[in-house]
Amino acid sequence: MRSKDSARDESQTKFNRRKFLAGVAVAGAAVTAAAPGAKAATSADSPTAAPSPRPSALRPNAAVAAAETGTPPELKHEGGKPGSDFMVDVIKTLDIKYLPCNPASSFRALHESLIDYGQNKSPEFLTCMHEESAVGMAHGYFKVAGKPLMTLVHGTVGLQHAAMGIYNAWCDRVPVIVVGGNDLDAAHRPPGVPTFHSAQDINALVRDFTKWDDTPTSPQHFAQSMVRMYKTAMTPPYGPVMMSLDAGLQQEPMRDYGGEKLYIPRYVPSSPPQGDTGAVKEAAKMLANAERPVIVVDRAARTPNGIKLLVELAETLQAAVVDQGGRMNFPKMHYLNRPPNVIGQADVIIGMELSDFWAVVNGYVDNGDHGIGFNESKIKAGTKLISINSVELITKSNYQDFQRFQVVDVSMPADAEATLPALIEAVRSAIPDSRKDAIAKRGEAFRKASANGRENVKKAAAIAWDASPISTARLVMETWNQIKDLDWSLVASEGNVSNWPNRLWPMEKHHHWLGRSGGYGVGYGAPASIGAALANRDLGRFSVSFQSDGDLMYAPGVLWTAARHKIPLLAVMHNNRGYHQESMHVQRLANFRNRVVYNGNDLAALGTSIENPDIEYHKLAQSMGWWAKGPIKDPADLGPAIKEAVAVVQSGQPALLNVWTQPR
Amino acid sequence: MRNVVKFALALAVAGCVFNGAAQAASAENGRKAFVTHGCWQCHGFEGQGSAVTSNGAVLSNTELPYEAFEAFVRSTNRAMPPYREAILPSADLADIYAFLQSVPKPKDVSSIPLLK
Repeated sequence: MRSKDSARDESQTKFNRRKFLAGVAVAGAAVTAAAPGAKAATSADSPTAAPSPRPSALRPNAAVAAAETGTPPELKHEGGKPGSDFMVDVIKTLDIKYLPCNPASSFRALHESLIDYGQNKSPEFLTCMHEESAVGMAHGYFKVAGKPLMTLVHGTVGLQHAAMGIYNAWCDRVPVIVVGGNDLDAAHRPPGVPTFHSAQDINALVRDFTKWDDTPTSPQHFAQSMVRMYKTAMTPPYGPVMMSLDAGLQQEPMRDYGGEKLYIPRYVPSSPPQGDTGAVKEAAKMLANAERPVIVVDRAARTPNGIKLLVELAETLQAAVVDQGGRMNFPKMHYLNRPPNVIGQADVIIGMELSDFWAVVNGYVDNGDHGIGFNESKIKAGTKLISINSVELITKSNYQDFQRFQVVDVSMPADAEATLPALIEAVRSAIPDSRKDAIAKRGEAFRKASANGRENVKKAAAIAWDASPISTARLVMETWNQIKDLDWSLVASEGNVSNWPNRLWPMEKHHHWLGRSGGYGVGYGAPASIGAALANRDLGRFSVSFQSDGDLMYAPGVLWTAARHKIPLLAVMHNNRGYHQESMHVQRLANFRNRVVYNGNDLAALGTSIENPDIEYHKLAQSMGWWAKGPIKDPADLGPAIKEAVAVVQSGQPALLNVWTQPR
Repeated sequence: MRNVVKFALALAVAGCVFNGAAQAASAENGRKAFVTHGCWQCHGFEGQGSAVTSNGAVLSNTELPYEAFEAFVRSTNRAMPPYREAILPSADLADIYAFLQSVPKPKDVSSIPLLK
């Protein structure tokens, strides 16, 4: 039986395979030089053996049997450096530390070069069990390390698996370097499975949600494209990039290019786009003269310095900050960190790197006639709007991640963090002396409101404190109690724990909160938290995640990857035993239609529960090398279990607690 | 003005109805009905609510009079979908109200070390 690792069968090829590699003797052109093992296997079925009675069904001849059952025949060694070795030289210049990857034949040459010629360093190969897991790991890794990872995927089926992860990275403005193996030469690639796994243009599958893609046709072309990919991915707004990499180009030896020497272009980072000076001044004037300015941020702080700059701007203006949480933008316990309802009183709103400005200033109520929602404004008439958003520079057409169109008064298609220093200076210059007292008083009011708000949040957390299933507030605070003295990083919070970490934990550092998936493609949490934990491991930090049940089951094999590569992570499960968002959607529609929801024997609408039988996630994790416990249903058992798990993680192992929780 | 009087009368009638129903209302049945009718999905099994699915509204120990509670449940045009009589009988709604009133009051924050 042929597998996806079937060898390229080039036994009939007696000439050069590709015009652009003219002069190259085809790799494996003569498979007659078979491996010793293959020869031995062949001899048993040799046509020269003693004749036997003719069976009703003919046995396969030696060549067919070897092709179907044997190891790939050894290719004739051609002189010169393999193309894939040169590719490794190029990749090493980019200092990519890891390569999470599910193996496949279409990049076997590069795979071999990476681990043998490249000695499995920069990048180090991490074995993944799903391409979506590999991309998710790269996604999470970047948000801690600030450096991208590369993954290799089978050009068709592997890329199809990876696609949702790439879409999440696109929506979350995270660079991931995706290289897809593809055997372009239809005349000479192996028939059967390898041809099923080839396509004219694999990049087309993800072109709508990648920043750039290419299909190099020579080693030099590869070098240029690889460095360009890295540079494009790493220029704000960040984003995933894609390369279709021909299997032949990887496998074949380098040739003499008429004396032209191959070179590797040097990577020089591009500076991020900064807001126009005139627009910055106009925005500063509006903010300086506003009675109630509000700063709304989503992915504004790309780096730790972004947090400092936002604090500086907010304190200069004594303006409320609404942090939508795409990144850790603003310290959660700062008195200017305010809830979204401050929008309603604003006279000037500045939005920075918002994924949806329309939804900041408008509401959508999913409760109109016949279940069709209606819109309503959240702001006062005449409120001025300012936008700094780099994503305007890469808007594409098909996927609707650009959200509804919102008219604003000042629009800067620029990187917010890069624009902040100029904006802060401009605001300082624009604040008239006559307004300084009023601005200071505004700050005092926020200090009082902030203190009251914190008390109210605690009161809300106390409700159902002793409930079973365990309340999400208790889940979050029992976890906090065990990690608060460590250098912690909340690497993912999936399945919605009512935002308790952001409301109760004193988050202030960039790695305290990494944001969410971006595209809301479920299945991000498990791989992204492991990727982020990998980056934190190298920095000596403690990683913790709130891991939902539905998210984990998309590709649970990533648990094995964490154990295999010794990635320590504390995964505390928010196991509400269902695709809970969907339960509520079905209930909503049934209500509109005056029908009672059919639950079967489950708690919620048929098709949305994950019960009967209950999944024993702790056993699943144990089977893949994790320390795990559960199911934990009594809140009194939770604290001691987390304490035990923390000790395990500190010893370098991943640990999972299966906790039965309230729905939200 | 006439409409206001009509509404007040309707509330009064509803109140009488509930007073009758309340005598028969069962918190135990209400806990089951709270689950059967899917209320728990947005409000939690104890009616504790959520910042993300009930806009922070807490139903346990609600101070809403039954009439206002029922009026909201039957005709809400906000984030919560309406539950009409056809899918949530009045007897069940009365039981649910009784259940919500029976939920133990939350502990004082100062008595929970993790929230201090």
